[in-house]
Amino acid sequence: MLKDITIGQYFPMNSVIHRLDPRFKIVITLIFIVMLFTGESFICLGISAVYTLIAVLLSRIKFKMFMKSIKPLMPFLLITAVLNLLFMGDGEVYFHWKFIKITSDGINVSVFMIIRIVLLIMGSSLLTYTTSPITLTDAVERLLSPLKRFKFPVHELAMMMSIALRFIPTLIEETDKIISAQKARGAEIDTGSITNRAKNMVSILIPLFISAFRRADELATAMECRCYNGGEGRTRLRQLKSKLRDYTALSVTILFFVCVILLNIFI
Amino acid sequence: MAVLKTEQLTYVYSQGTPFEKTAIDHVNLEINEGEIIGIMGHTGSGKSTLIQHFNGLLKATSGKIYLDGKDIWADKSEIRSVRFKVGLVFQYPEYQIFEETVYKDIAFGCKNMGLDEAEIKRRVIETAYDIGLPEEILEKSPFELSGGQKRLVAIAGVMAMNPRVLILDEPSASLDPAGRDRIFDCIKAYHKKTKNTILIVSHSMEDIARFADRILVMNNAGVFCFDETEKVFSRAEEISKIGLDVPQITKVFLELKKYGLDFGKKVYTVEYAKELILKNLRERGIVC
Repeated sequence: MLKDITIGQYFPMNSVIHRLDPRFKIVITLIFIVMLFTGESFICLGISAVYTLIAVLLSRIKFKMFMKSIKPLMPFLLITAVLNLLFMGDGEVYFHWKFIKITSDGINVSVFMIIRIVLLIMGSSLLTYTTSPITLTDAVERLLSPLKRFKFPVHELAMMMSIALRFIPTLIEETDKIISAQKARGAEIDTGSITNRAKNMVSILIPLFISAFRRADELATAMECRCYNGGEGRTRLRQLKSKLRDYTALSVTILFFVCVILLNIFI
Repeated sequence: MAVLKTEQLTYVYSQGTPFEKTAIDHVNLEINEGEIIGIMGHTGSGKSTLIQHFNGLLKATSGKIYLDGKDIWADKSEIRSVRFKVGLVFQYPEYQIFEETVYKDIAFGCKNMGLDEAEIKRRVIETAYDIGLPEEILEKSPFELSGGQKRLVAIAGVMAMNPRVLILDEPSASLDPAGRDRIFDCIKAYHKKTKNTILIVSHSMEDIARFADRILVMNNAGVFCFDETEKVFSRAEEISKIGLDVPQITKVFLELKKYGLDFGKKVYTVEYAKELILKNLRERGIVC
């Protein structure tokens, strides 16, 4: 069950999207998100959808993988849709019962919201699917580096991010092991009543926290043994270089964004 | 009668994905009541997967597994009771400790069994005594103990459930020689007292040789051989070929044989070797 978590998963391949400069990819993703939320009509949403589709096709990552990243957010999607559907007041009324009424506006808004969120998830998954966590944090560090002037701890932040990402799979594996061990002692974890299950969560969380702290301690020692002393004077193995294709991708994205803004103004 | 029996047991990880891997492949085994079985095999040979089938933590892709002649998956809702009959101690069991006191942690399994307070208390105190944990430790926090003691506490937690079959995965991993001896002494004492069946996964041939009745050698997801300790170690060369080791003393005697000193018997413990050498010397009229 824990193996289904796909957040932060990276699929090493060699598509155009994979080869893009990660700094550009982050900026492009940000523009994409703004584009999604500025578009106010279905046409704008359609343009964003076309844009997402092209990017997904270019990445050559299977569509199934994107479905997998949407799945865990399904309940959230449904709740948003249902709330919009039931409590959106205006427009033609189709159904009325006490304080609940379903209107044409309600239907429109809920469909709109679902598509918008699905596109949002797909677009942002594309970023993590095609960029390895290490390059991603590298890019974040470089993008934020101007903030260093204001004493903002950019390198420390990036290091924390990469350590956190690095330990996700380790901790998942650890959790699996602890769950098995407690089940072997007869703890009810995926069976039994809800109160029992909640009580038994303690038997998983405490060992997990202890091991996380232990790992953090060991890692800190190991880093110090290798004379780690922050970002000052560190050189890097992979230098980020922007190429023509990065500028092309950025221009195309901006073009789409401008289209959405124009459509917003004129329709 | 066989207490545990497997029939064509097969388990495939991540079936239907590119990461598909057969961890155990048509394994047939019969383990008798009261036996001590040593399980050997290098990393990835399927040992850990196999033992997780015995208490129903993993469900076989195909094949059956019987406990006392009853299919453990016959009734899915009964699988928890199987876990009380087949106790499994994982590798590095000290990492599963979570209660505030040693007493509570040892009692965790018994509590899950639904035993009453008095019985739990009796069992915890008895197990702690058997395993050599001083009584004043019971009210301490388990996190104050040393690594070796923590492991003893974790093992005691499973022993207190008094399972008919006790399975231990590398109980002596990363302990110093004294700690290792202590763990094995405890297991031995436990077996002597309860006569329960014990399965031990270990990389230390010396330890296995010392007290296993039979040895199961796993290789490439299958059973390489499953026979009496003496017979298994007599196949020293084959075992070396699959990347495992025989006890050092066995190697010494195999080497002696090459020099023409044949004792005629398979030697796999130092005690036995000493006895054999002394006997031989005496036969030749040399006294020392």
